[in-house]
Amino acid sequence: MSALSTIAVARPSFTARFGGSPAQVAILVGVALFLIAFMIVPILRVILVAFTGRDGGFTLVHFSDFLDNALLRDSFWNSIYVAAMTVVLASLIAVPLATIIARFNFRGAALIHTLGVVPLVMPPFVGAVAMQLIYGRNGSINLLLNEWFGFRIPFMEGLNGVIFVEALHYFPFILLNLSASLSNIDSAMEESAQNLGARGFTLFRRIVFPLALPGYVAGAALVFVKVFDDLATPLLLNVTNMLAPQAYLKITSVGLTDPMGYVISVIMILCSLGAMALAGLTLRGRDFSTQQRGGGGLSRRDMGRAGNLVAGAFIVFILLLVLSPHIGIFLLSIATVWSYAVLPDGFTLAHYANVFRESGPLISNTILYCGLAGLIDVVLGASLAYVVLRTRLPGRKLVEQVAMSAVAVPGLVLGIGLLRTFYDVQLPWSGESLATFWFMLVIAYAVRRLPYALSAATAAIQQLHISLEEAAENLGAGKLTTLTRIVVPLMTGGLLAGFVTSFATAAVELSATLLLVAHAADAPLAYGIYVYMQSAAGRGPGAALGVIAVVVVAIATYLAYRIAERERGIKSRAF
Amino acid sequence: MARGVTIDHVTFGYGATPVLEDVSLEVERGQFFAFLGPSGSGKTTLLRLIAGFGTPTTGRILIGDRDVTRLPPWSRNVGMVFQSYALWPHMSVRKNVAFGLERRKLARAEIERKVADALELVGLSEFADRRPAQLSGGQQQRVALARTIVIEPEVLLLDEPLSNLDARLRVEMRVELRQLQRKLGITAIYVTHDQEDANSIADNIAVLDQGRIQQIGTPLALYDRPANRFVATFLGTANLIEGTIEPGGRFVADGITLRAIGGAPGPACISIRPQDISVAPQGNGISVRIAEREFLGGITRYHTQAGAQPIVVDVPHRRGETVHNVGEMIGLIIEPAQVSVLR
Repeated sequence: MSALSTIAVARPSFTARFGGSPAQVAILVGVALFLIAFMIVPILRVILVAFTGRDGGFTLVHFSDFLDNALLRDSFWNSIYVAAMTVVLASLIAVPLATIIARFNFRGAALIHTLGVVPLVMPPFVGAVAMQLIYGRNGSINLLLNEWFGFRIPFMEGLNGVIFVEALHYFPFILLNLSASLSNIDSAMEESAQNLGARGFTLFRRIVFPLALPGYVAGAALVFVKVFDDLATPLLLNVTNMLAPQAYLKITSVGLTDPMGYVISVIMILCSLGAMALAGLTLRGRDFSTQQRGGGGLSRRDMGRAGNLVAGAFIVFILLLVLSPHIGIFLLSIATVWSYAVLPDGFTLAHYANVFRESGPLISNTILYCGLAGLIDVVLGASLAYVVLRTRLPGRKLVEQVAMSAVAVPGLVLGIGLLRTFYDVQLPWSGESLATFWFMLVIAYAVRRLPYALSAATAAIQQLHISLEEAAENLGAGKLTTLTRIVVPLMTGGLLAGFVTSFATAAVELSATLLLVAHAADAPLAYGIYVYMQSAAGRGPGAALGVIAVVVVAIATYLAYRIAERERGIKSRAF
Repeated sequence: MARGVTIDHVTFGYGATPVLEDVSLEVERGQFFAFLGPSGSGKTTLLRLIAGFGTPTTGRILIGDRDVTRLPPWSRNVGMVFQSYALWPHMSVRKNVAFGLERRKLARAEIERKVADALELVGLSEFADRRPAQLSGGQQQRVALARTIVIEPEVLLLDEPLSNLDARLRVEMRVELRQLQRKLGITAIYVTHDQEDANSIADNIAVLDQGRIQQIGTPLALYDRPANRFVATFLGTANLIEGTIEPGGRFVADGITLRAIGGAPGPACISIRPQDISVAPQGNGISVRIAEREFLGGITRYHTQAGAQPIVVDVPHRRGETVHNVGEMIGLIIEPAQVSVLR
């Protein structure tokens, strides 16, 4: 047969050689450049400055200065202590709740699920002032205690206050992760252990605990890192002997050139990475979630009457605790005066009128910045997710990992890095520094929220079976038509959810905001709340703004949840 | 013979174990062809190469006389029905079916007419405005089929199209698929791991294993004259006996001697189907001991031992006929005409 002589030896095409088309390569390079310019370079810059001496050479002298400074040493241990104690307190709240949901037929289960979301819609710094008014030395609770029993409990004294506020805000991370772990345990795992003679504590120790541990550790590590990095809550509670406030104060009061802010930043990064690494080490080879069939969780038991009563009382108690900052901030926003009193002296709507009259720019700035940041995140996240899942381009996994690691970058550190890196870059049209231009806030938000949009987009594409695209190509649609007619419409829900999540979390971001806002006119809502809350007179309007922020975030979160639910519904019925 | 699809020395993948290795075959126009093989045999990969999802490392693919090796999927005009159906959940049935026609820039009225015809053909006219999620598995399968044939492709590619259906529906759809293909006179290639599917539907079957074609032929030819061990055992049950063919054509193995089966002298492996062996009283033919007996309804299956060589024999069951017991010695008669000498 003559066919032998005409065997076509394929010359590898561009796509075959690089694992993707030129457009796909361009997308990957574009995302990588964004991350390099606005995340990697700023962070490296921070690290570089921390190790650079006055003569420009390498030095460790700043670190020995750090160690010689008693205040900074205390700050370091305080930060560790606060983060660790927050994990303990948050666990005391979250573990019983997760156990109740997983183990028992309990009618209040829906309530617990709500409990898991409520704290997250209000940033801790917003609630901090309200918590002071309720639990502080002269707050409602202590006034009552003192009047009735003659003693006070120092809930809010110094570091206690930070721990209390942060634990109430962050316990849902442990609750959600642990619940997910528990509900992934196939009941047959437990039943087969029982069948082989295990029960009671042995059953828990040998089967339930090891299978639930990954979720708990993941949640706990996240709480530790978030608390360790939080700047706004300690600042608002007037606690400055912690690392984040120290770094902020050094940079804002001494100046951008003071190396101590950078040294603290490096230590914060190391501690964040250390906590993550420790969690990773604990979990190595222990994440069994993919090996299980997700059998709907452990078998549930009925609780006795007493059990129901105890569980109910516990949940109501937690609910009151969790809602107290929300209630407090709402009362504060409609209070004439609230000081040294159990409840406000009188009520007024003047703060809202005030806020709507004067703070329009704060709200419109927030919508502009966070909307743009959400948009950037969706575009970058969707492009990157597509390239990662649908091409074999070298380096795509690395870019994805870098983008995801933004979640572990403290906002404060990113803020300092961006400020330092772009301070000398001038805008061509006004000569203003790029670092103090309002768009830098958008970029800071976009970098730190990219992981949310990226995971949302990744999930959306993973649900999109590749044959849906191939079917379109098979019927004559080119890559572009396939993208616009099939891929994008099917991803809309996921992308929208990603956008809303980015938007909502950026709207209440304060760490980077505090550093990057240069002009009052450019300030967003979170900054406005912070500034108002600084003075006694500003608390009312600050609280009113806080309520507005909470409402915006709550609506956005609810929308994201509804969109995600609806998408899951369509997709699950499709196959 | 009009050419439908030609696979010309196609290799796909690199290294020591490519996914496909030097595959060549011809599908005649209007033929129903099946690629049959276990998972990992490369059958789906070969189908995807015809559709344009991937380019052969070496070799050519022709549709009719057109070399499509380097054409992108959207320029090939081959219709593929996916295993998962791949119906777009955000479009109605009508929109799904119209998609390919819209890409071909047909007039709106013509699109409507063709979509209506296609849905009529698969009996789904009244479901045109439903979403795929509102249809049963069998109905989804028909939509996928309508969506593919409406573009009047030169070749219809079917990737395990029945694997998601329950057993009864599967048999029904198989018949329907065959009738539809005859009616349209279209060249069809069907990928399956199920020999019953392939046997019942295909004019010709290519059996694949480990990226290589093992044998091509009609279902009957593959069953009666398997070319090698893989084909013999993959299609039905076969007794494989290792031995030597002597210069006179006599086959000799441990405890077994068969006269005049022919074939080139030397070591050889022969294959005999269990139902092609007849049972005789002890002393006739090959002497064996019954090790196990299975009653399978229409037949009785004896697992026998000729020395160390196991031989399976199927005997049609009739009421009142003697059934042999485990441990009994019987004779097996093997006619030379029933023996396939394997490569």
